[in-house]
Amino acid sequence: MKASVRLKVRRQDNPKSTPYWESFEIPYRQHLNVINLLMAIQENPVNEHGQKVAPVVWECSCLEEVCGSCTMIINGKVRQSCSALVDQFEQPIVLEPMSKFPVVRDLRVDRRAMFETLKKIQGWVNIDGYFNLGPGPVLDEKIRMKCYEYSRCMTCGCCCEACPQFNSRSPFIGAFAFGQVHLFNSHPVGKFDEARRLDSIMGMGGLADCGNAQNCLRACPKNIPLPDAIAELGWTTTKRAVTRFFKE
Amino acid sequence: MTIANPRIIIVGGGLAGLMSAIKICEKGVPVSIFSVVPVKRSHSVCAQGGINAAINTKGEGDSIEQHIFDTIYGGDFLAQQEPVKKLCEAAPGIVYMYDRMGVMFSRTPEGRLDLRLFGGVKNRRTLFAGGTTGQQLMYALDEQVRKFESRGLIKKFEGWEFTSIVKDHEGRCRGITAINLATMEEHVFRADAVIMGVGGYGQLYGKATNSTHCNGSAASACFQQGATLANIEMVQFHPTTIPGDDKVRLISEAVRGEGGRVWTYKDGKPWYFLEEWYPAYGNTVPRDVAARAIWKVVKDMKLGVKGEDVVYLDVTHIDPDELERKLGGVLEIYSKFVGVDPKRVPMKIFPGVHYSMGGFYVDFDHMTSVPGLFACGECDYQYHGANRLGANSLLSATFSGFETGPSALNYAKNLAKSCESIPAAVFDDEHQLQIEINKKLVGMNGKENPHQLKKELTETMMENVGVVRFNDKLKKADEKIIELMQRFYACGIQDNGAWANDELLFMRTLHNQFILGRAVVGAALARDESRGSHYKPDFPNRDDVNWMKTTKASYTTDGPKFDYEPVEPIHIKPIVRRYDVAPAKTVDE
Repeated sequence: MKASVRLKVRRQDNPKSTPYWESFEIPYRQHLNVINLLMAIQENPVNEHGQKVAPVVWECSCLEEVCGSCTMIINGKVRQSCSALVDQFEQPIVLEPMSKFPVVRDLRVDRRAMFETLKKIQGWVNIDGYFNLGPGPVLDEKIRMKCYEYSRCMTCGCCCEACPQFNSRSPFIGAFAFGQVHLFNSHPVGKFDEARRLDSIMGMGGLADCGNAQNCLRACPKNIPLPDAIAELGWTTTKRAVTRFFKE
Repeated sequence: MTIANPRIIIVGGGLAGLMSAIKICEKGVPVSIFSVVPVKRSHSVCAQGGINAAINTKGEGDSIEQHIFDTIYGGDFLAQQEPVKKLCEAAPGIVYMYDRMGVMFSRTPEGRLDLRLFGGVKNRRTLFAGGTTGQQLMYALDEQVRKFESRGLIKKFEGWEFTSIVKDHEGRCRGITAINLATMEEHVFRADAVIMGVGGYGQLYGKATNSTHCNGSAASACFQQGATLANIEMVQFHPTTIPGDDKVRLISEAVRGEGGRVWTYKDGKPWYFLEEWYPAYGNTVPRDVAARAIWKVVKDMKLGVKGEDVVYLDVTHIDPDELERKLGGVLEIYSKFVGVDPKRVPMKIFPGVHYSMGGFYVDFDHMTSVPGLFACGECDYQYHGANRLGANSLLSATFSGFETGPSALNYAKNLAKSCESIPAAVFDDEHQLQIEINKKLVGMNGKENPHQLKKELTETMMENVGVVRFNDKLKKADEKIIELMQRFYACGIQDNGAWANDELLFMRTLHNQFILGRAVVGAALARDESRGSHYKPDFPNRDDVNWMKTTKASYTTDGPKFDYEPVEPIHIKPIVRRYDVAPAKTVDE
């Protein structure tokens, strides 16, 4: 039985300071996950040399992998840390903040850019009002199940982190956005705004910038078939371009 | 005189907060939303099983009257009956609204909204979106809020923690103070009305199904500033949660609604004790009943599986494809976190802290005892009495937002003077006070580890204020919390930095939790009866003569004080609540 877990964390005190590595030894227990390790540091912030340090800062909320908060890079792979069971990792377990978003402190990053993108693509069904107008449209359960795959997107950013096109030097908006465009364009009422959503991803940083590496599919914790959405949108944006050129 | 463009602040970005925001924006009035997390990550995403509405599409003769009855009966006659009636009446309209927003509710073969069975009811009444209904509803409101945000009607303060309300000389709530969790700067904001949608206080028990920030700190802060809390002794233990080190994880009641069976070994053979003890409802008895039954089997009869504090929740007899379609998201949590496939091996579960029935005392317009301060969602008290029925929380969160938004707007519009005309000193004083508190906390350099105190607090709550309660243990719990409060002043803060300092928030929360904890303990100690989730073996029966009353807790520097207000049974007369046989008469009138 292992007596302790070795943990190596890439730390950064604030957005402007230089990152550094710090290691910790955490007493081993059964069924630990990475959040448990960070909580242990929070309770007793002492590094491997026995020095008292500031506790490691990270973001977490639901701890059930439905909120997307605790996303970070663990042993080189981006994922949620709550569902990262210690027994499944080689040691030392190496934690790094996501590299495609600005660091706030230690493992906490600022993912506001993703929410701004959701505004740009108009990720909502435009309804008349918030009172009782009766049920929505009838929907084939098979289509519903397909849409549900996309509606589970937590905006966690794994697809962005894994994507070679998404970085601070590129305007590429990230694969999650195409999943959402596809979702709202598939909805019987959401479809009314299809053209505007397509226009929003046809400019710079949009669909055409996707390099088709398909890393997004492998990185998504909810197995959202983002490449399918991208392929589908490839065709509909082409049709949209024809319409725009000849008919508008 | 009316105020044309009142300023309204909403604290909390879960279903209740966002729904109230939308209802205000719909009238063209802008709002500001403060949330610790990006609102899309609010705790509402954790709800799994569904949302109740008596749309009666299964030919079972379901009705709004039956929904009202089940809710009040399930809450053991402590809920406010008029708001419950309005809640159940509004339910079909609410789910239709969500449907129109594009929520991917599960469908029937004809493409209509499907329904499933939940606890404490006889009819299928629960709409669901796979096994992640809360997440799907939350995202729908998040999307609609983003629409208003892009039109400039909503301003979000995400990554801000509420620290206090601002009260003017008349005692009206006139704004809030809040701290930016990156810069650690304390700010003050003016408002004509403030809406709290701050969720429950499950984190008072440490391990709960709740998200890490559902700690009751904001409610406690308001309590200390004069807001009355009600029925806060009523804390729901969900019968089927996965025990864990960092939290207990929810396994939805929908699992039993879809046919899951609870059992353990007795004399070497599977024993389906819920089905044996409660033949009328079987595995879908309400949560307090199921939690107590599992508690009895494990703690008193010592019949936990392999001697551990767990029993089985079994779905291995159900078709795996159907499980995937209806419960996929729920079962995924079990396989990811336990590493075992529940479609093949029964799940090991045990009751865990889940929902706060109690919260802010509010009137039927959702205003707290502080004029201008409103509350909705899990943090208000009035819909669930002593026990909440499954799939009623997504409903009450939404409905209370529906009510609170317009009600706060109406209040603000009719104020004699706007927050702009309140003297600056009112705001500066509160602002300075909060800045001073932060300074003192960051400067603490004693020997006590605050995380150790938190551990002792949560262990005390779990040990003494749980499924089974005894007065001597409750008294000890109160003494223990007083001891912890004294030790708090000897604490050393783990981080005294000025940037993204989570430890400062931890210290603030901890102190607020002590005060809230004492109120929960005191309310539980005083209520000498058993009702819903509040169970005292020394007082095993419900006592309507003395205790069909709302507990109202108010803060004093000497500790919480309690008053009581009778619950008026205006729609459903109290009858004995039992689930071994069906109630004699279900719908009144």
